[in-house]
Amino acid sequence: MNMIEINKLNKYFGDLHVLKDIDLKVKEGEVVSVIGPSGSGKSTLLRCLNRLEEPSSGDIIFEDISIMDDEQHDINELRQKMGMVFQQFNLFNHMNVMENITLAPIKLKKINKNEAKKIALDLLEKVGLLNKADAYPSQLSGGQKQRIAIARALAMSPDVMLFDEPTSALDPEMVGDVLEVMKNLAAEGMTMVIVTHEMSFARDVADRVVIMDAGNIIEEGNPKKIFNNPEHPRAKDFLSRVLNLF
Amino acid sequence: MDFSFLADYKGFFIRGTQITILLAFFAVLFGILIGIVLAMFKISSNKFLKGIASVYIEFIRGTPLLVQLFIIYYGLPYLGIEFPDFPLFGQNVGDFMAGVIAMSVNSGAYVAEIFRAGIQAVDKGQMEAARSLGMPYLMSMKKIILPQAFKNILPALGNEFIVVIKESAIVSIIGIHDLMYNADTVRGNTFKPFAPLIVAAVIYFVITFTLSKFVGLLEKRMDTE
Repeated sequence: MNMIEINKLNKYFGDLHVLKDIDLKVKEGEVVSVIGPSGSGKSTLLRCLNRLEEPSSGDIIFEDISIMDDEQHDINELRQKMGMVFQQFNLFNHMNVMENITLAPIKLKKINKNEAKKIALDLLEKVGLLNKADAYPSQLSGGQKQRIAIARALAMSPDVMLFDEPTSALDPEMVGDVLEVMKNLAAEGMTMVIVTHEMSFARDVADRVVIMDAGNIIEEGNPKKIFNNPEHPRAKDFLSRVLNLF
Repeated sequence: MDFSFLADYKGFFIRGTQITILLAFFAVLFGILIGIVLAMFKISSNKFLKGIASVYIEFIRGTPLLVQLFIIYYGLPYLGIEFPDFPLFGQNVGDFMAGVIAMSVNSGAYVAEIFRAGIQAVDKGQMEAARSLGMPYLMSMKKIILPQAFKNILPALGNEFIVVIKESAIVSIIGIHDLMYNADTVRGNTFKPFAPLIVAAVIYFVITFTLSKFVGLLEKRMDTE
């Protein structure tokens, strides 16, 4: 079953055409990595999925519901089922870790405080930061912040997780911890869409890799095939450059 | 200079100071409420609300407080909106209300700009994170943005409080028994044109200087956090 179905999605920033007639499907339980050069529109595409960025035209179907249909469906309720993790973590600076994780479940899902705390502690254990429940974001390293941000998104028990370059702002030695958490999540069957520069992660963990360039999806498919034998000349060019770097 | 009148008239200065502080307190309190709403209007994507806020802020900041005070004190009753007319703690409640309204309407415009700057200084990722969790706009504002903005602008709000205390001397014109008014009364009663004003000035200065020191302390504490 398709969890997300993107049909003819276009996005303009002023005159700039950033997404051009994008079609993409994401199946339930699938892990899709979106890669491509900077400015290719991959982050914008991801941000359109929960309408943090307003699509200019086209449709996005999430669990058989059009997220563009404000008359029928409250976007805020749909967003509760789509967890998002940002490059800059965006933990709430004035709240400690526990409050960061429990705020949305308490306020939006009306879960009682103790229940929410129990869920939060389980998630903290899962991301390996059980001892940081009382810490404030300013006391955490980048890698810790990002793992808390993942826990915060998971606390709403979403059906899909959207990752927007989750490791790009991290020191190299922190990247591994975050990817480890994401790997475990993928292994549990979570549906994930990941915009990333981590080629090894895309190759090893993703079920499918999507390469974007200049607002188009130029190639998609099985990671082994894409990485070993890309067809599109731009994809070849991009992959040869990023893979040579490492 | 002879300050011997203080023995008989110190009560005037004390009561006047109380009224001044009370007036400034309410003016800032309501000013903050008005300011928050205006700031929200100003940053909203709704052009109509944005327009209302812009006109309000520009108009209030572009006209004298004295004119605003007279418009409210004389204008509202003329339009059929009467202020209550009974004394409380030796002060006519209606006059006091007119003073508070004029001062808060005025202060609100300045507070709005303080809040707008404070809200816009909060990283926009904070709003995005809140919205991505499914929190509606107003809830995100209330729970995530405003608490952080408020912390950033506390010093600026403290300064606004100081400004309001100083500017409030103008309400003596409509007969509010504030510090300025009472100092004037003492001048008349004692036939001393100068010394009572010095006493009033010193009291104003002590209040504002203490406040500004307090604001400075607050600022320092926040820097270290």
